[in-house]
Amino acid sequence: MRTMSSPAVSAAPSVFCARGLSKTYQSGDVAVAALREVDLDVRSGEFLVLLGPSGSGKSTLLNILGGLETASAGSLTHRAPDGSITDLTQADDAALTSYRRRHVGFVFQFYNLIPSLTALENVALVTDIADAPMPAADALARVGLAPRCDHFPSQLSGGEQQRVAIARAIVKRPQLLLCDEPTGALDFATGLLVLETIADINRSLGTTALVITHNAAIARMADRVVVLGDGRIQRVQTNTAKCAPAELSW
Amino acid sequence: MKALNRKLWRDLRTMWSQALTIALVVASGVGGFLTSLSAVDSLADARDAFYARNRFADVFASVKRAPDALAARLASLPGVADVQTSIEQVVRISLAGSSDPVLGLLIGLDRRYPPRLNQLTLAAGRALDDGTAPGDMSADAPAGSDAALDALVSLGFARARGLAPGATLQALVNGRQRTLRIVGLALSPAHIFAGLFGSPDQRGFGVFWVDQDALAAAYGLRGAFNRAALRLTPAGALGGLPPEVNERAVIAQAAALLAPYGGTEPTGRHDQSSHAMLQGEINEQQVLGTVLPVIFLAVAAFLLNVVVSRLVGTQREQIAALKALGYANTTIARHYLQLVGLIAGVGLLLGLALGHWLGGQLLGLYAEVFHMPRFVHRIAPGLVAVAAGITLLITLGGTLSAILATVRLSPAQAMRPPAPGRFRPTLAERLGWHQLPTGLRMVLRNMERRPLRSALGIAGVAAAVAIVVMGNFFRDAIDRLVDIEFRLALRGDVTLWLTDPVDAAVALQLARLPGVLAVEPARQIEATLVNGHRRERLALRGLPRQPQLNRLVDVDGSAVALNGDGLVLTDRLAHKLGLRVGDLALLELPQGRHRQLVLPVDALVREAMGLNATMRLDALNTALGDGDLASGYVLALERGREAELLDATRQLPLVAGAFSKATMLRNMQAVTTRNVLIMSSVLTLFATVIAVGVVYNNARIALAERGWELASLRVLGFTQGEVSALLLGELALQTLLALPLGMLAGRALVSGTAALLRNDQFDFPAEIQPRTYAFAVLAVLAAALASAAVVRRSISRIDMVSALKTRE
Repeated sequence: MRTMSSPAVSAAPSVFCARGLSKTYQSGDVAVAALREVDLDVRSGEFLVLLGPSGSGKSTLLNILGGLETASAGSLTHRAPDGSITDLTQADDAALTSYRRRHVGFVFQFYNLIPSLTALENVALVTDIADAPMPAADALARVGLAPRCDHFPSQLSGGEQQRVAIARAIVKRPQLLLCDEPTGALDFATGLLVLETIADINRSLGTTALVITHNAAIARMADRVVVLGDGRIQRVQTNTAKCAPAELSW
Repeated sequence: MKALNRKLWRDLRTMWSQALTIALVVASGVGGFLTSLSAVDSLADARDAFYARNRFADVFASVKRAPDALAARLASLPGVADVQTSIEQVVRISLAGSSDPVLGLLIGLDRRYPPRLNQLTLAAGRALDDGTAPGDMSADAPAGSDAALDALVSLGFARARGLAPGATLQALVNGRQRTLRIVGLALSPAHIFAGLFGSPDQRGFGVFWVDQDALAAAYGLRGAFNRAALRLTPAGALGGLPPEVNERAVIAQAAALLAPYGGTEPTGRHDQSSHAMLQGEINEQQVLGTVLPVIFLAVAAFLLNVVVSRLVGTQREQIAALKALGYANTTIARHYLQLVGLIAGVGLLLGLALGHWLGGQLLGLYAEVFHMPRFVHRIAPGLVAVAAGITLLITLGGTLSAILATVRLSPAQAMRPPAPGRFRPTLAERLGWHQLPTGLRMVLRNMERRPLRSALGIAGVAAAVAIVVMGNFFRDAIDRLVDIEFRLALRGDVTLWLTDPVDAAVALQLARLPGVLAVEPARQIEATLVNGHRRERLALRGLPRQPQLNRLVDVDGSAVALNGDGLVLTDRLAHKLGLRVGDLALLELPQGRHRQLVLPVDALVREAMGLNATMRLDALNTALGDGDLASGYVLALERGREAELLDATRQLPLVAGAFSKATMLRNMQAVTTRNVLIMSSVLTLFATVIAVGVVYNNARIALAERGWELASLRVLGFTQGEVSALLLGELALQTLLALPLGMLAGRALVSGTAALLRNDQFDFPAEIQPRTYAFAVLAVLAAALASAAVVRRSISRIDMVSALKTRE
């Protein structure tokens, strides 16, 4: 099934507005530029894939967008759903923590579940600190894991663990869902299931989704694909007709 | 340098703070062990050298008055190598400008025949026979001459009272005030320890050596003696008779010879008061020097175990790589053994240095109480070898399982990341308690997943609490002893004893002395309590039926009534002699002629100090066939009139000596307070090292193991405070659980140690004051908080980005 990129998305206001965004790491005596003067606008409700080989700067960009680190130069403004605007390049640790807590849902390559908590409790971990979360059980039901809610991570398959991680990311109804190689550690079929879940969240909840991958095939399910290389945006490609995850293959 | 060695140094550098805390715990254990044992070793060395050089006697006898000719008969007893007779008298001493009651032991020195046994060592001034001006003091001074007597004084008393050669003081010698002129300070192997009634009060008791003839003249003992010291033939000289058998035989024969002259049963060194005090201290320190280090080293073994297990855990991929590269199992095992060996080795060296320094300090403290010519602190090579052996043992014991795990690890298996930890609901949840907050749930599940490590971590902190309790227990014990002895038992202010037992009517005379509120009689006689072949010398006390000023009080502070006509015995004494309530006990009394009393044992009482036999005064007098006699009186005084009363008693010839409770307490306090403070400070410091070692290492390991988890939570929007609470919550919970356990353990440790320390002189009351518990808890909490603060800083540096990229 092919769906047209929704016209609402292209008309939507920007969630992020990055200008001249740069990040330099000091490694011993050598300064390594991981990101060089990136300009990017991300629109609300958009499904954006950041594509690039390792070392291209895609993770650095995602980390800065997600408030895990701050840029060395340039500006990055974030517009919250209530319209308030924050310059993330100027935010301190407390402000970034609050930003992540209120607006960002993360999905990691290695799931990063807390091994001592059950699936439901891992999700509840976020509902405990979020402002207006959905019930933890609903989030698990959304990713199809209601029957496994009392299992510990060690009792779940990789795909199930990743879906718990997605449930944990979306339970607070975040404005943004940031996924770092979400299928990197999974086999094809399981990975597909995870991608379908992410696409479903993006579609049904209107959550802006940013997915990092080095797998070009995945790019076909995005509204837009930002291809990075050498710390710069090499090109941006808009999918006029995006694929359903089921149509993907790699 | 080989690459593997380079890795060793780099690993050590990375974990330096943990390595240091472990090395410090090892150092505390080794240091404590060496401090105690080297100090008592050196003390025993100094004593043995002093005994040998100054020919300390083996058997000590006292008689009322025996003719000099008896000495030859004593010397001819089989097993006796030499005999030294002398005259000793206890007198009251007055010092200018002080109304403190002071007792002096005058010992006669024969200037023509210098003593062959119990010889003196001169510490300052000159000997009695040097440079004496003619007529100043002479052997043929008439009896009752009031001329000044030259005297040597015991070094301890001289120091405590600031006496130097040239100083003078007054002694009440057989009813006459005589001036003692100090010519020299002396040390005697028979008076290494010389305090008032076995207490550390060195200001209240002095030993003075004066001319024997003058002393004999003053007490009508010309051609006679009242003390005899015997040296036994060396072991083996009597056809291989063991020394203790020889000693018993000599004592029995000497007792028979001396009995007609009012001889009490002779004693071996074991019962000689100076020797017994010194030996008691050595035994005590050996117990402490063994019990406490064992705890330290056990904690060190646990810390090495968790740290090395964790290190091997984090390095499993490196280990696999090394194996894949062809490194042998033994090489890898050796590599990790070298790492722990270095940590323990540094601890051992620090412990050696600490033991060397603290041992010297402890010996210095001993030198203030035990007076000997030469103290040399040395750590015997054997002790070092034992310390090194124990360190090696705990190092291997603590780390063997972790190191064997490296051997078992197959390279392929190690290349795969470890499976996620298996968790399950906690016991509380399985029992249906589901309301636990998420954070607490994580903490509890983590602890339940590694029950052994959690338990050992709790045990480690508890051990720290217990050690602080132990370190401060002595203050409690001494306070309690003082409270029992000087507030509950002895309620009077001044005790007077008389030259001879007198009719109790003397009480009326004493009651008229200035400031006296109440007078209570008592009688005390030397006796030997006998049951079958077991004998014990003691002072049999007679107290009034309802004593008010001098009561019999048990360790719990309850007064014991003297209801029957029989004996009330200290429980340790009864146990030692195998006597039970209802048994008939035989008492041998010397007092002039050998008499025997057979008395029933009415009751046993757990007394804190001494081995005592007590009975009702009237029953004692009846049993002895005496009238209403007393040998001493306890007086209660009006406030502030003690000096006046003591002055008045100096005019009474029948008063042989006085004892002031307040003065003794004051004199004792200065010494004990300081020593207890030193002991408690050192042990508190050691315990802090343990607490920091356990909490800090646990926190570092928790941080290392869960850093990834905590970073993930930070990414999810948890604040630093929330994340810290999760990590430190576990430590806080462990510490909180450890505190009450530590108090219980402290109590057990104190009881156990008190039982080990129990001897004839003391039964330490194993009672711990609330303030001691409170102090222990606060000290350990402070150490835990400081450790937590350091780790909290590391939490703020957690790298969130790495959590996204790496898999644990």
